[in-house]
Amino acid sequence: MDSLTLENRSFEVRNLSCIRDDRILFEGLDFTLNNNQVLLLEGKNGSGKTSLLRIICGFREQDAGDIIWCNTPIKDSDFFAEMAYVGHLDGVKKELTVVENLKMSLALSVAGNYSIEQALDKVHLAGYDDSIVQSLSAGQKRRLSLARLLITRNSLWVLDEPFTSIDKEGIKLIESLMHEHICAGGMIILTSHHDLYLHETEVQKINLSLCH
Amino acid sequence: MSLITAFFAVVRRDLILAFRRRAEIANPVFFFILVVTLFPLGVGANTKLLQAMAPGVIWVSALLAVMLSLDSLFRSDFDDGSLEQMLLSSHPLTILVLGKIIAHWLVTGLPLLIIAPLLAVFLGLPEQALGTLLITLVLATPVLSLIGSIGVSLTVGLRRGGMILSLLVLPLYVPVLIFASNAVEMAGNGQTVDAQINILIAILLMSVVLAPLPAASALKMSVS
Amino acid sequence: MSIVPAPILRFYHRMASPPHFYSFTDKLLPWLIAIFLLLLAYGLYAGLYLAPTDYQQGDSYRIIYLHVPAAWMSLFIYVIMAMAGAISLIWRMKIAEVVMISSAPIGASFTFVALVTGSLWGKPMWGTWWVWDARLTSELILLFLYLGVISLYGAIEDKRTAARAVAILALVGVVNIPIIHYSVQWWNTLHQGPTVSKMDKPSIHVDMLIPLLVMAVAFKFYYAIAMLQTAKVEILKREQNTQWVKKLLEAKT
Repeated sequence: MDSLTLENRSFEVRNLSCIRDDRILFEGLDFTLNNNQVLLLEGKNGSGKTSLLRIICGFREQDAGDIIWCNTPIKDSDFFAEMAYVGHLDGVKKELTVVENLKMSLALSVAGNYSIEQALDKVHLAGYDDSIVQSLSAGQKRRLSLARLLITRNSLWVLDEPFTSIDKEGIKLIESLMHEHICAGGMIILTSHHDLYLHETEVQKINLSLCH
Repeated sequence: MSLITAFFAVVRRDLILAFRRRAEIANPVFFFILVVTLFPLGVGANTKLLQAMAPGVIWVSALLAVMLSLDSLFRSDFDDGSLEQMLLSSHPLTILVLGKIIAHWLVTGLPLLIIAPLLAVFLGLPEQALGTLLITLVLATPVLSLIGSIGVSLTVGLRRGGMILSLLVLPLYVPVLIFASNAVEMAGNGQTVDAQINILIAILLMSVVLAPLPAASALKMSVS
Repeated sequence: MSIVPAPILRFYHRMASPPHFYSFTDKLLPWLIAIFLLLLAYGLYAGLYLAPTDYQQGDSYRIIYLHVPAAWMSLFIYVIMAMAGAISLIWRMKIAEVVMISSAPIGASFTFVALVTGSLWGKPMWGTWWVWDARLTSELILLFLYLGVISLYGAIEDKRTAARAVAILALVGVVNIPIIHYSVQWWNTLHQGPTVSKMDKPSIHVDMLIPLLVMAVAFKFYYAIAMLQTAKVEILKREQNTQWVKKLLEAKT
């Protein structure tokens, strides 16, 4: 990846709170993420991990606090042009082929450093170019949605449980992709029930169950 | 430039999807024919009566057919997460939504146009009204899709949004119904219908410009 | 630089906070009720007793003292609802959401009253309970718009999300109402020919007009009372876990 484009990015959360159905999920949450850093969100089910990621993506509105990208609030910055999200839903159309899906993602975004073919190779889906997504296994679909991260230009990855329905091989693969992204200056925020093994990379951890 | 690419990518993708789910395109058309067929059975086969009712019957049926097809506009995008990805795109959501509406009209509104002459024959609509019928359909079925997109984006997150959708959308369809069926009726009597056509054009232009805005903000609301 | 005078801005910010709004309405309500009762008493007395009998319709015209103000209110409340909706969408003001939501059932009730009184009036005038008259038809469609708002709000579980949905719908509705109104009038003149529209009187006797205006103002006060009462309940429901509501409850018991 072209490391020049990724320098001097910072992602900051200040005093963030989220209330759902009169229950405080978390409040007063603060953290900062710079280039080459990973943040792993931990916490019990229902502690607001997914809610936090959805707030970061702008799907939900926070009940208090600010989210800041390179010293400007995300709404006024080019944050959304520089982030990519893989959530519980794969965001792929099951009636379309693998390549058609990726071309669509590309049209909605800016091209990154990998071509579609290179990305498919990376996520071990080479040769599936023209397969209808419906015929893929759950793990393959997951890897396809991760291929989206490679073909588009982004510096922050927001991943909600990226390891679900993926086998051990796949987990290693994703970890190596994450490692590569971090080494190139990228940032990652993720939730996961699995332990994360990243080479020589410091992983920040926040336990949302404790953020009250 | 890339916005135009994104716009056409959305239109293209939805057309491909519609083509791969062909049954979904056919259903509104069958529904349209079926409802029109029910009217003679309900009110009797009196030719004069049917002829007088024809513009209204065709338009009410078209309205219902479009309304039933609306659910497919955002449903699958909402269910599989494609909608989230569209929201995250750096392109304005209104333009992407407009692309989806246009694709939706091409696969649901356009077939109604093709089938309408057949129904006009069923109901004995005077031949001189046929041209006007087609013009009103060309101008007003996109309006139905556009207005409907607002209702459907408000209800796409609900498990049983169908009933509410009709309650939200049908009252807003009233002006279209009035001007379009009135134009067909007057054309049948050999009168000029410029006024109605001009009003329909105005409504169409207004809804192309205005409808995607509330639809986009309603989609954001539905995803949250 | 703000063009709004500072006192108004201060008032606006105070009203934006639920506890202030709550205590302010508490103080305001008795006054509103007193004024409403006075206006209502005078309006009914003047309308039903003082106003002269109509030379064509006899005493049956007197239903206008309910019908016309109710019809005015039905539109007025929809506009208020849309304005509150716009404010809630732009500034995310909770009180605007509450005002909007509390207005919907009241507006629907006024619309319903206008429809019922309209059809009651139609019986002696036209000899049938329902005529597809332009105003009655518009009123009926307006009722459907209200019902759509109410059922959409009921269907969405998260009430802040629901309020956003309703605000969007109310704004779409308010843009459409003039178009619907115009189209229904067009349809009516084409299909029915020139029927005598009962409200298009070129001139109304001033003794008949004054009670009508008094009743219209009384209805506005009634709306304010009913809306604020509903809004208070809605605020308590939404803020039930906050400190000020707990204190309020302790003070009451």
